[in-house]
Amino acid sequence: MCRLFAVTSETPISPMVALEALDVMREGHDGSGVGILLRDLGGPFEAIKGAPILSGIFTEAGLKRLDNYMMELGFSTKYKISIKIPKTPPPGVPKRDVYLIRAYEYPETWEDLSWDAIHDRLTNIRLELAAMGREKEDMIVFSFWPDIIMLKEIGDPLTVARYLGLDRDELKARVIMAQGRQNTNYAINLYACHPFFVGGYSTMTNGENTAFFPIKEFLMSRGVAGYTGFQSDSEVFTHILHYTFERMGLSVEAYKHIITPLSDGDIAAHPDAALLKNLKQSCRRLIIDGPNCVIGCLPDHSLFMAQDRKKLRPGVVGGRPGMYAFSSEICGLDTVIPDRDKSKDFQPMYLDTAIVGPDRKEVQICRQTDALPHPH
Amino acid sequence: MPANGRITPSTLSLKDLPWQIAWSREKCTLCGRCAAVCPMRTLELGVFRKRVVDVDLSAQQAASSTMAVYHGIRQQTNPANACVGCGMCSMVCPNDAISPLHSDEADKLIYHVNQGGAPRRRGGRRNMPGGLLDRIKFIRISMLTDPALDAGRHEFELRTLLGRVLSPEENLAHLKENGWIPPVRDIYPLIIGGMSFGALSPTMWEGLQMGVAYLNEELKMPVRMCTGEGGCPPRLLRSRFLQYVILQIASGYFGWDEIVHAIAEMKVDPCAVEIKYGQGAKPGDGGLLMWYKVNKLIAAIRGVPTGVSLPSPPTHQTQYSIEEAVAKMIQSMYMAWGFRVPVYPKISASSTALAVLNNLTRNNYAAGLAIDGEDGGTGAAYNVSMNTMGHPIASNIRDCYLNLVKLGKQNEIPLFAGGGVGKTGNLAANAAALIMLGASGVQTGKYIMQAAAGCLGSETDRCNICNIGQCPKGITSQDPRLYRRLDPEDVAQRIVDVFVSFDIELKKIVAPLGRSTSLPIGMSDALGIDDPAAAERLDIKYVV
Repeated sequence: MCRLFAVTSETPISPMVALEALDVMREGHDGSGVGILLRDLGGPFEAIKGAPILSGIFTEAGLKRLDNYMMELGFSTKYKISIKIPKTPPPGVPKRDVYLIRAYEYPETWEDLSWDAIHDRLTNIRLELAAMGREKEDMIVFSFWPDIIMLKEIGDPLTVARYLGLDRDELKARVIMAQGRQNTNYAINLYACHPFFVGGYSTMTNGENTAFFPIKEFLMSRGVAGYTGFQSDSEVFTHILHYTFERMGLSVEAYKHIITPLSDGDIAAHPDAALLKNLKQSCRRLIIDGPNCVIGCLPDHSLFMAQDRKKLRPGVVGGRPGMYAFSSEICGLDTVIPDRDKSKDFQPMYLDTAIVGPDRKEVQICRQTDALPHPH
Repeated sequence: MPANGRITPSTLSLKDLPWQIAWSREKCTLCGRCAAVCPMRTLELGVFRKRVVDVDLSAQQAASSTMAVYHGIRQQTNPANACVGCGMCSMVCPNDAISPLHSDEADKLIYHVNQGGAPRRRGGRRNMPGGLLDRIKFIRISMLTDPALDAGRHEFELRTLLGRVLSPEENLAHLKENGWIPPVRDIYPLIIGGMSFGALSPTMWEGLQMGVAYLNEELKMPVRMCTGEGGCPPRLLRSRFLQYVILQIASGYFGWDEIVHAIAEMKVDPCAVEIKYGQGAKPGDGGLLMWYKVNKLIAAIRGVPTGVSLPSPPTHQTQYSIEEAVAKMIQSMYMAWGFRVPVYPKISASSTALAVLNNLTRNNYAAGLAIDGEDGGTGAAYNVSMNTMGHPIASNIRDCYLNLVKLGKQNEIPLFAGGGVGKTGNLAANAAALIMLGASGVQTGKYIMQAAAGCLGSETDRCNICNIGQCPKGITSQDPRLYRRLDPEDVAQRIVDVFVSFDIELKKIVAPLGRSTSLPIGMSDALGIDDPAAAERLDIKYVV
């Protein structure tokens, strides 16, 4: 079982914070890989919030192909972080040419485009680059989105982080999501590494989603370009989150009703019974069958945690105003926020969604049996 | 046979018949029960004359012989009375003196069952034992990251939806704007398939209804039963139990005068309306109730004269094309119940099923599609239709499901599979396999008759005389002397047994796969088969 850690902080913090938390939970991951997502960035990216940032791993040849491709589209580099790596990687970490984090200036021709159109194009470019990379095995592209940096690599999380020198001011962020991987595939595929990201929404999960196959088939037939990949059965959680918001116009409180609907008896007694009954029927193909602990992040940088219907995976949320963390284990939380009121730590159960909003003031607990918010 | 006996082309010897009666003179009590119970009248009183050699042991008189007479049974050999192997004679024999045995010689009767130019008609199902469904295994057992569930203790939600489900976006939009949301029934995924009142005896039908009512009201299992084409008893139409019934309308429209007139007096809506366009046992042929079974009661419910055969036309005669018929009939049926009752067509499995499905995807009223495979059973049909016409269900349902996946409508038009589910007794395994291939639920009839009423029929042409109303168990007879053998209470009890045990077995299949929160429709990654061609055709794993 993998270990997860996510933190949201008023002041930008170093990614090392999350990786140290993963390190104390090392009993639960085998050092076979790490994935880290940074958003609501500090440092130099603070001033260029709207500029799309490309994160990925490239060979020298791949980098040249990337530059040509982006130039042809009219993108120019706005800012880049150079990651200088020692000549020899630590044991278990493959040798790579270039870890790339680069912010771009939009092409001039995009100026009149709507935000939605820009989103679509950014997603398509990421998919195109990933496809080009698969073809020649010279690029692995994790994300291409404003205010998002994503890194994934094989190896022990803390060792990889030190090797890449992630403890630097440019990489400080207000929201960090990190996964220490317990590998269940023979070949370690970086695209199967959490967190996953699509169109501003990201999730990471531990456990196994046994309903993956029918869910995948449903998502693939929605006509959304970003619903692709499916290297991991957990990737669908990100797509479902995106679908819940973007296609159905619902809120984070409804997410749990999509993936694990209430029993019919509970729905009948619910203030939103009619809506929930309809959701349960029309979204039947999106019902998951855990065990899964899902940690997700929304475009407004809210973080949340939700559990499956019965076979819960460990998960706890705690902190203090200004800084909250979501962790697979309490020891991870203790490492990062030792000075919190531990009596207020909360372990979401099968009906709960724990949410920390963008203001980072409190943990809001939403029980599935509560009324849903009704936006006007 | 006397020396000057006449041999006709259809004169057969016992050895030519598929079933031969083995009778023991030693054990026979001459009670006559076997001859009385024989539905084919194949057993006659036999008076046998036999030479008895009388040897005087004192040797004072020369040995002599006398003629003696003994009594027993004689098996008729004319085609009309040939033994069907039902075995009722052994069931009633107090001394186990008699039983039918299957011949070791090739069947010669088959060449002579068309006397008078009438090809053989019979009940039952395709005479072909075995099938592909039994070869499908469930291979994706949760072992590592996701421990298997406990079938006995976990909470399971294994129901399915019958009705047109809108896409999530459409559904929300309709909800917001108070638009029409098609009616959807949340039901148990095993449906008792259409067996008409008429095809089945009154006691059998009553037993099924009582069993279904008990399952719903006492055990809270939302089991549904389809009426088949034969109408519905008037009191049932006006009772609350109608909600457990799927009313079938087919090309003969039998019983629909009664149903339409009862609509105003119905206390509850029926579960759904099934429009039958085809049946797996006799694809492209209409329903058939032979005159033997059309007594006063059946005639009254169906709105026909007594004692006439009731062959339904192969198609609905009111429209020019099937597309038009489907669209208009679906709409008319919706209108009859104020758009509150799901209406869906049932077709026989066919290589043209995809065309029907594609039509339905564009018809916003179509509440589903039931597909009946070649192994489906029937009360009466031509032997040739049963044995040679039709399409296997597994690949048909798979093709249709994958087509829906391509269209993105796999949750919107539920597919129901029938025909051969539980053919060899593996009801839950067959049902689960079809569900994981893409069916939202399954329909079964033959298994129910066998398990709940003790039907004797088999795929090796045993009994199969449902068509002439001589069912020795009283399941498909309209003769009170026969159907009083079947106690409806016993049938009801067995229906409950069947569904409760099915439920446990279904959980024993889905729990190890880690599924409990929803029925694993289309979970084809869990399936494997030991035949590479079948694996490729069904898009499941090949395992050896």
